[in-house]
Amino acid sequence: MIDIEFITTYYSYFLEGAKITLMISLFGVIFGTFLGIIVCLLKISNIKILEIISSAYIEIIRGTPMLLQLYIVYYGLPMALPFELSRMTLGTIAVFLNSSAYIAEILRAGINSIDKGQMEAAKSLGMSNKLSMRYVILPQAFKNVLPALGNEFITLIKESAIVSVVGIHDIMYNSDTLRGITYKPFMPLVYAALIYFIMTFTLSKAMGKIEGSMKKSD
Amino acid sequence: MIDVINLNKKFGELNVLTDINTSIKRGEVVVIIGPSGSGKSTFLRCLNLLEQPTSGDIIFEGKSILNQKLNIENYRQKIGMVFQQFNLFNNKTVIENITLAPMKVKNLSREEAEKIAMKLLKRIGLENKKDEYPNKLSGGQKQRVAIARALAMQPEAIIFDEPTSALDPEMVSEVLELMKELAIEGMTMIVVTHEMSFAREVAKRVIFMDEGSIIEDDIPEEIFTNPKNPRTRDFLNKIL
Repeated sequence: MIDIEFITTYYSYFLEGAKITLMISLFGVIFGTFLGIIVCLLKISNIKILEIISSAYIEIIRGTPMLLQLYIVYYGLPMALPFELSRMTLGTIAVFLNSSAYIAEILRAGINSIDKGQMEAAKSLGMSNKLSMRYVILPQAFKNVLPALGNEFITLIKESAIVSVVGIHDIMYNSDTLRGITYKPFMPLVYAALIYFIMTFTLSKAMGKIEGSMKKSD
Repeated sequence: MIDVINLNKKFGELNVLTDINTSIKRGEVVVIIGPSGSGKSTFLRCLNLLEQPTSGDIIFEGKSILNQKLNIENYRQKIGMVFQQFNLFNNKTVIENITLAPMKVKNLSREEAEKIAMKLLKRIGLENKKDEYPNKLSGGQKQRVAIARALAMQPEAIIFDEPTSALDPEMVSEVLELMKELAIEGMTMIVVTHEMSFAREVAKRVIFMDEGSIIEDDIPEEIFTNPKNPRTRDFLNKIL
């Protein structure tokens, strides 16, 4: 059943693919978090126009297919920009834009979960909204949402398979390539599945460990 | 120092505070008593604008704090606040709780801020807890740290919102003792509490509030031994 020769010959396809998948997901979650913070802060800014913009952004991203967003970024962004972006960059942009909307909502839930006495105490000491957020609320909110952010990373590893449709050489794309060159339509898919699973399973175990070690101030 | 003029606060249709008039002098300890739901806490929270009054005015050292041009953060630095639920910053150690605002608001160096913090911790007898997180402290210790945190900003007055109500009985006195010391040192204090012995012993004035209004405002001896209003008498009979 397991074809050793196939693996030793073609393992580099999977390895390279895994690298690309990991990179897109990692950058996706990092930039997604930065953008997510901004979107979330706009949404809770109490400034009507900014709230409307950020809410619309979140609703549109969450209400349209990721495949469509990928196409729009992949074909639309190069038309709007005077310089060229690599395929990989465009794919990553699509992934982190998508992710940012979900992360913004995760963060908002995290901020809302912090007891309002924390904010009041900070204000009572003369701290501005900005200072209170930065030093008191956000660090606590972040800690609370860390598991959810880890989940988002794991989700991205799986969902980023979609970038294969615009020719980015991730695990999915490479396993398709192998199906073509080897005339084996099935086994490359099984190997791809195995690799996705190893990555996501390892990560979720690692997240559990990190969560455990962050409990000291709870 | 603080003059409250015709202060009103509504939550929707509900009148929580109705025409509050009083003034607090420098160095005075004013204790506010009254049944729950009488607006005591809301009144305190209006004093440092954690609640925005609906109408009326609050004058601090001759200037209205409701003036749009006033920098609220500057004002709040001068008015410390101690909460029923302590509200220590959970993500900070004891010493970080005390040094955060002096460093970020007053721009003190870490060294200066820690020097002040250590002095305060020594005073409340918790130097050895300086690197603990709040979750490792007892309620009484948390509240003492919260008081130290307020003191670190060198405020001109401190507002106490039921500082002992969330404490186990055996911890109440350690907090009250500290408050008593502050009173003796001349700190201006406005205290909402159900500790009548504290009111009797430490307060210079006792204000009795009911249904959002000040019913009686007098020296403690008068309030406790010779209450003029039947509602005050009724309330004191119930709790004493």
